[in-house]
Amino acid sequence: MAEVKNVEEVKEPLFGKVEKKLITDPLNDNNPITVQVLGICSALAVTSLVYPSVVMSIAVIFVTGFSSLFTSLLRNAIPKPVRMIVQLVIIATLVTFVEMALKYFNYPVYKQLSVYIGLIITNCIVMGRLEAFAMANKPWRSFVDGIGNGIGYGAILIAVGVVREIFGKGTLFAGSPIEMKLIGANAGNVEYLINTAAESGIGSWFGWYTNNNLMVLPAAAMFIIGIMIWIQRSYNTKLVDVS
Amino acid sequence: MGEFMNIFIKSAFIENMVLAYFLGMCSYLAVSKSVNTAFGLGLAVIFVLGVTMPINWLINEYLLSENGLFGQDLTFLRFILFIAVIASMVQLVEMVVEKVSPALYSALGIFLPLITVNCAILGGSLFMVSREYNLSNSIAFGLGGGFGWFLAIIAIAAIREKIRYSDVPPALRGLGMAFILTGLMGIAFMSLMGIDPAVFAGPK
Repeated sequence: MAEVKNVEEVKEPLFGKVEKKLITDPLNDNNPITVQVLGICSALAVTSLVYPSVVMSIAVIFVTGFSSLFTSLLRNAIPKPVRMIVQLVIIATLVTFVEMALKYFNYPVYKQLSVYIGLIITNCIVMGRLEAFAMANKPWRSFVDGIGNGIGYGAILIAVGVVREIFGKGTLFAGSPIEMKLIGANAGNVEYLINTAAESGIGSWFGWYTNNNLMVLPAAAMFIIGIMIWIQRSYNTKLVDVS
Repeated sequence: MGEFMNIFIKSAFIENMVLAYFLGMCSYLAVSKSVNTAFGLGLAVIFVLGVTMPINWLINEYLLSENGLFGQDLTFLRFILFIAVIASMVQLVEMVVEKVSPALYSALGIFLPLITVNCAILGGSLFMVSREYNLSNSIAFGLGGGFGWFLAIIAIAAIREKIRYSDVPPALRGLGMAFILTGLMGIAFMSLMGIDPAVFAGPK
């Protein structure tokens, strides 16, 4: 687990060994989704397309980072019995901010994500990191830890999104300015910022592929994450559940 | 009454909180190792959902909307107020469970206060707002959604109790298998709505 002992006041580099570990740990050994099993709901629900998954990841990274920072700044002032409510208020404020920003800057994606933006409040990763780390550590480290866990979450989210979108719809980044059509009936139409249809490229090799509509269904996300856990644990055997 | 039953059945089976929207997965995966604890948590979720949904409906309608008490659009306060209602209701449940059944209380441990951050509860309230339900609809939705969550966690707990005796590859044991089982259950529940043939027909 990512536990850091409070060392005495020595001059430390802003981005030392500890910080580096806090960033890399959530990517594999301590991944919020596949190891800690936190924040699954949104991981499954928003990943049928890559673009919303990317937006969601950015939103979560923002919320985990800053909620950890603020909680850590306030940690000595929060009384124990009401700490959950204080934490929830911090998180809810940040999420409200994210929601307003998204509504203003990118309305289509806001519509697509619908209630799941609000559900960042109840995303267990955020709360989990506040309880496990930010309440006991200094602000800068908590901030880095929050960002690291956000990235670990985002990595899985985007990986699942890529698999689901390519096999389910044959596109990549649909709905965004760099929408691409990779496989399927109209393969080869790789659309970039302007609508120029290309007849060559990797896409044209896969013209025979028919979209697998199972991938669009929510159940596919469960299978993909299950298989990801399987793969991760066969390489990283210390994570295997013996019970 | 027809509409009430309609929404109840729909939210319990077809649009199941866990299996169609993936709400409340964390506690669903973490507490589903034995049927007994899953049963207790399921009941607690039914109660909390059933109570918070109408309360949040009233708050949304009479405090936050434009024709409410303050006559202004205060919907940006929605998240904070909803979560405050949920947190206090969960606190209430926690006190009741501790009094009535200390054994269940210790079995649930940290997951009882964590109902607060169970996405199913807040998600239910947010769905209720976005679907513009009225009061009786939201009661039906709360009870139905809670019942669906209860069914799903009982089912997965029962399966996980039995699958302990199966020869699952070591790396897939536990969590990985729970995911795949949930996916299969999701497909099963989806077929309750009747499968649209177009879904499997592929592109035209």
